[in-house]
Amino acid sequence: MSADLQTPLKRARGLGSAKDGTHHFIVQRITALALVPLSIWILFVALALMHADYAHARAMLHHPFAAVWLAAFVIAAFWHAQLGLQVVIEDYVHTRWLGIAAQLAVKFFCVAGALTCAVAIARIALV
Amino acid sequence: MPQSARPLSPHLDIYKWQLTMMMSIVHRATGIALAAGTVLLIWTLLALANGPDAYAGVQAFCASKFGLFLLFGWSWSLCYHLCNGIRHLAWDSGWGFEIPRAYLTGWSVVVLSAVLTLAIWACVIARAGVS
Repeated sequence: MSADLQTPLKRARGLGSAKDGTHHFIVQRITALALVPLSIWILFVALALMHADYAHARAMLHHPFAAVWLAAFVIAAFWHAQLGLQVVIEDYVHTRWLGIAAQLAVKFFCVAGALTCAVAIARIALV
Repeated sequence: MPQSARPLSPHLDIYKWQLTMMMSIVHRATGIALAAGTVLLIWTLLALANGPDAYAGVQAFCASKFGLFLLFGWSWSLCYHLCNGIRHLAWDSGWGFEIPRAYLTGWSVVVLSAVLTLAIWACVIARAGVS
């Protein structure tokens, strides 16, 4: 009965978009753009690492330039991965608790992965 | 189960397979594969920071048959996701939506990602032969 007294606007409020979908879209594109040169560079690094012993590999990534590019790649890659996996989960996981659990797992994995890599990069660069 | 009697859009399993839809699905699949591949990135960097003994474990894994199989898959995934990602960025700027152009860029991505992957592994094999 009370619902009948509500205006259409009152009923629609709070059920629409959270108004942050564009932000997700834009950040996904910005990280994608950053990852174009960064992932080409990481391909060359991976190729060099395939034939390097430990000392050589560590010396290569000890260089400040390598450390900065590696850190940039790690941040952009984990951020981009989180945004992409978020959309995949939103599209295919329709059980609410499973969706929330998966989103949390992806977010925690990506943040933990990026932080772990950052500490490792710092240790390689500075020690 | 449909919750209303509204007509549904054609479902994937009665759709005719097309290059564009295949590539869209593969783009997602390679994205998921690359996200999983970050585990190797984390492991490699941690091992490099930790010392030669830890790094030997990474090297042994990467030289194993299963390791090489994963590396090959990830290298192609990266090449494909990179090339098709650039195609997506072109679409985002409004370029390339015409159907012939979407197919031309699509086939270009398929061929280019294969060529790049083979080039990478040709380099690996050539350098392994030298050293």
